[in-house]
Order: sequence, then C-alpha cells, then structure tokens
Amino acid sequence: MGINRRNFLKTLGVVGGTLTVGKSFGAPDSIKKSDTEFSGILYDSTLCGGCQSCEIVCADQYGFPYPDDEPVPGVKRELIETRRVVVNCFNTSKGEQYMRKACNHCNNPACASACLTKAMLKTDEGPVIWREDKCMGCRSCMIACPFDVPKFDYNSPNPKIQKCRMCFELLQEGRQPVCVENCPAEALLFGKRRDLIEIAKARIFAEPEKYNHTIYGEHEVGGTGVIYLASVPFEELGFRNDLGTVSYPEFNKTFLYSVPAVLILWPAFLLGLHSASVERKLNKQQKEEES
Amino acid sequence: MNREQHTGFLKFITYELKPKGKILTPFNVISIITILAAIVILAIRFTSGLGSVVHASQERPWGLWINFNVITGVAFAGGAFVVTFMVYILGLEKYRPIVRATVLYALLAYIFYAGALLLDLGRPWKVINPIIGNSFGISSVLFLVAWHFILYMGSLFIEFCPTITEWASLKRQRIFFASLTLAVVIFGIALSTLHQSGLGALFLMAKPKIHPLWYSEFIPILFFISSIFAGLSLVIVLETIGQRVFKDNMSFLHKSSHRYIMLSLARICTVSMFVYFFMTVLVFLHGKNYTYINSPWGYWYLVEVLGFVLLPCMFFLYGYRRRNIQIVRIAAALTIIGIILNRLNISTIAFQWYDRSVHFPTWMEIVVSFAVIFVQILVFRWIVRRMPVYAESPSWVTGEKQNKSFTLKDKSFTLNNKRRKKWKVSTK
Repeated sequence: MGINRRNFLKTLGVVGGTLTVGKSFGAPDSIKKSDTEFSGILYDSTLCGGCQSCEIVCADQYGFPYPDDEPVPGVKRELIETRRVVVNCFNTSKGEQYMRKACNHCNNPACASACLTKAMLKTDEGPVIWREDKCMGCRSCMIACPFDVPKFDYNSPNPKIQKCRMCFELLQEGRQPVCVENCPAEALLFGKRRDLIEIAKARIFAEPEKYNHTIYGEHEVGGTGVIYLASVPFEELGFRNDLGTVSYPEFNKTFLYSVPAVLILWPAFLLGLHSASVERKLNKQQKEEES
Repeated sequence: MNREQHTGFLKFITYELKPKGKILTPFNVISIITILAAIVILAIRFTSGLGSVVHASQERPWGLWINFNVITGVAFAGGAFVVTFMVYILGLEKYRPIVRATVLYALLAYIFYAGALLLDLGRPWKVINPIIGNSFGISSVLFLVAWHFILYMGSLFIEFCPTITEWASLKRQRIFFASLTLAVVIFGIALSTLHQSGLGALFLMAKPKIHPLWYSEFIPILFFISSIFAGLSLVIVLETIGQRVFKDNMSFLHKSSHRYIMLSLARICTVSMFVYFFMTVLVFLHGKNYTYINSPWGYWYLVEVLGFVLLPCMFFLYGYRRRNIQIVRIAAALTIIGIILNRLNISTIAFQWYDRSVHFPTWMEIVVSFAVIFVQILVFRWIVRRMPVYAESPSWVTGEKQNKSFTLKDKSFTLNNKRRKKWKVSTK
C-alpha cells in the first residue's frame, strides 16, 4: 500500500491540525485574557497579635461555630470543615510569632485545574471560589492543593467543600474581606496583588532588621494571592519550603497536551498495523492454497 | 416483531434469569451476606454522610473505594485492550479463545469499579455536570478519565455485543455489531492508553505529598506499562479459575489451547515487566532516589520493586522456558499483589508519608469494597453460564461463516470488494 499525494496531504493536515489546535485544547489557560488585576491580601506576621478576630468574624459571616481554642505555642490548629481561617502560634528564633492559615488564592491554582466540573474557579478578580451547584464531591481539589486547604464535610449527606473565598460576594459590592475589615492590629491588608507586593517590599526596605527578606507567595507555586511577611524564616512558621516556584497545573501540562495527539495518531497507527497484518495473512493463505 | 415472538422472547429471558447450578455453595453464601451488609452500609452512607461509614481524613481524601476499587481495579481491566490488540490488530489468532472472557471481565470491571466512584462521591447527584452542560473542566485529568471511562464502557459493550446476540439468537444484529468490532477495538485501545496513564496523572499535582521514591513525572507512563502485565496476569488467574469452575461451559478449543495461551501470555508479561522494571530503575537513578533507600520507606520500596516486580518477572521467564504452567500462575498471583501494592503505595500509603497518624479503612469500607468485587463475580458467572463466552458459538454463526468464500474466523477480517481489487488480492 503506497502513500499517494492525497493520503500524504490528509496526514499532513491531521498532524498539523493536532499540533496547532492541540495546544489550545485541554490545557490550562496560562495567559489571562481579562485585564482585571488580581486582588490579594498581605498578611504581616510581625503585626499580628493572635487575637482571633479574623476567625471570629469569618465564623460569623459564614455561620460557623466560634473557635473554642486559642493559639498556643507548639500546638498546631488545623483548618477544618467549620473553620476557613486559623491563627497559630509558633516558637521561633525571635520568640513567639503568630501565623495565619487560609486559602492562598494561587495565581494558577492546582485545585481549579484538578476540578472536573469547574466548581473550583479562579475568578478574574483573584479569589478562588467553590461553587455548590457544580461540585460533585470527588475531592480531587484536596489531593491537588499543595497547602491542604480545601476541607470536606464528611458528616453531612449534602457535603460541601469549605475554604476561604476571600469574601467574593463582598468584593463585588465594593467591600473588603471581613477578616481584613475587622483586623484590629492591621496585620491584614487588602488590595491589588501587584500593589501589595510593592508595599511588602517597601516595609522590608524600611525596616531591614525587623523582617525576613522574603515575601512568601511572591513566587511560591507560581505566585499566590495571599502574600506573607514575617520576621523569621517561613519554615519556622509551619510553611513548607519544598513546594517550588512552578505553578502546579504545569505538572499536568505534558500529559494533557499529549491527549489530542494520542487520540488522533494512535488510531491511525493501529489501522495501519491492522492493514499490514491482514495483508500478511492473506498472502499466507494464498500461498497455502497454491501449494 | 409479532406477539408470539414477543412472548417467546420474554419466556426466554425469564427462563435465563433463573439461577443455574447449586444455590447454597460456600461462595454464594459469603458473597450474598457481604452484599446484603454492603447495601445496609450504603444506606447509612447516603443518609448520614460519608464520615459515618468510611475513615474520614482531610489529609487523605480518597479512601479504599477510590484507591482500591477504582484505581487498582481498573489497572486489572487492562487485559482487554492488550488481548484485543493482539487478536484484532496484529491478527494473532492463537489468543482468540480468551478474547470474550477478557472483554467481559473488563466490561464488568469498568461498570462496577468505575461505579464504585459514585459511592465515594460526596455529591453524586451532580455527577452529570462533567458529562452534559457547561461545566467542562477540560484542564482536569479527572475530567478526561471520567469521559474515557464512559466511552470505553461503550466500546467494550459493543465488543461484547456479538456474544449477547448469539445468546439471544439475533442473527441480523450480530452481523451489525460484529462489523463494528474493529472500529471500537481501535477506539478502545486509544482510550485505554490515555485513561490507564490518566489514573497515574491524577497524582501528578500531588508532588509534595507523595514520597519521592514513588513520585516522578513518569507516573502516567509507568501506570500504562504496568496495566499491560496487570491485565494479563489477571487473565491468567481468571483463565485458571475458569478452567475449573466453568469446565462444563467450555469449548474443546478453549480447553485444549489453555496451556499454550498461558505460556504465551507469560512471555508477554516477562517482556513488559522487564520494560517496567527498567523504567523504574531509570526513574530511580534519574531522580537520585538512592539517597532515600536506607530508610523504612526505602526498604518498603525495595519490597515492592524487587519482590513484586523483578521476582514475578523472573518467575514468568522461568515458567515460560520450562513450560511450567504452575510457576506462571504463581508469577501472575505475585504480580497482582505487586500491582495492588504499587497503586496503594502511591495513592494511600506513601501519600502524606510525613503524616504519622495511621490511616486504616474501617471494616464497613472493606465490606463494601469486597461486595463490589462479589457483585462483579456473580454477574460474570451469570453471563458465562448462559452466553457463549467460554462455550462455542451456536451453529448458525459458524455455519453462516463457512458459506462465505472468504473467512478468517471473524467479520473484521472480511475485506470489502473495493479494497480487495485495489490491493489486487485474490480471495480464491
């Protein structure tokens, strides 16, 4: 079976189509089309007094029970299905320091890329939100999230995924997240992410002895919406230092890009193989009949 | 269809629905009790939430049902795409006797094991979202896997349709479905390649959570290669059991070719396992993973790779060369344990490995897991006892074929006249 011009052109078209269309199909959008800038939150650990105001107003806003425990050094309180933000106390080289944990609202979030129903959504404004009407409860966001933020309500017949949504609805009204609005120490600051990074840098520059000279979240996992300042290295405050600076959906990219190519090229190859084996079989049969 | 035929068909179905063989066998008793218990447990699960039944863990969100039934179970269904590839694409007729049983096993595995996914979903009534509507998370690996499961189930069903039509004596429909076989086989192989590797790709984003000995960017490729010998090992075990349990339903051809097929499969297992082992070693060296080897995790890793990959690979080789079918069976059993270990290591045991708390499934989780397997076995047995899976096709099928001048045992090899002329192939 020779290859004639027509077949050649057909194959060329299919391969070319795969190579060009393949990229725009099935891969996460790494370039944002909208010109809205991401909003974010700057948390300055050196200002935080561990008063739990953020925990209380968050519980109030979303109808969760108030926290019944306080941040104690050495005890790590975790995010749970009824707590979207938590403040912990750590014994560090510079004494007791507080650190807040909630969703970091990654620029390119793993949870949203793992979600098969787009229930987990990175909004154009910056917050990563969970949408009840889409979610089927598969919990792959929990597998993917490098910070273990999404929590699943195991004890409900109608379970929800709980995580901070940066008070998305309030932002739409022009307000700020409740935790930022109600922080008495002004350890939390809401704004455009780009501005917040500049503010953070300015603070480090103004008081170089006070701060650890890294902004956690500037580059980690491809950049996060919530960025952190602290006086000590972040490992001492319960952060992982092995998460890398690549955004997590990148790890899937090679696999997802290969999907359309495999779906088109593999059947073509198999059909060819089949034709070859049939031909061989026919020849064999012919020979047997002749002899 | 007139009324008489209609009542005849109903009678046929009701007759076939009745159980054949002894009812109170030990296997039946155990499996029925397990299934009944599972139904009660699932009733609790759907009324009071997952946490009332399973070991609820925020750190390891996927429990036994997903990690064992779905991720491990589907690996064992890989036999179907390998065997159909050999028979329909490469035209290796010697494997033809095992095609139907393998396809049936895979079809049921996908129905029940992918079905186990529904049990574990927190909000299963939303399962329709990724299938219809505007909620396509196309950047999600799970989206791809879910779609491929559905499409592949359809492909396997069409592949199995000729058997069903032979059982129900639907002559015209048989011709139709048989003519689709080649197309769905090719489609099915492409789907299998992607979703077997896709199951591994589910864990690609869990990079910081899986122990570095098990995590690599090659997980999808390793999952795909291991599904080849996982599936074939399961075929070996399945055929071994089938030879004993279904010997009354088995055609002479199937019985007599058993030994030969098992040994040939052993050879393929040897090669694919060696490729897998070689890739594992490459990943191991490339990732400089030898720094982790002198630790409990390292020893556990060695148990998996040496004890349940290299050792069964050697057993397969030895069994094949000595023509010793017992050793091949032992090798297949070891391989199956090895695959279970590998999948559970990645998804559960070495997942969140730095977390010291012990994660053990509850007894209720285990009961449901086994119930899913028992249901699959019972349905498999019901079908095998009735349809020509192991048995010979009815005479009207073989007779119909002999009338044609050109036969190669299956419709898919019947070339149409146009092609024959084009290739100048004589059929006489």
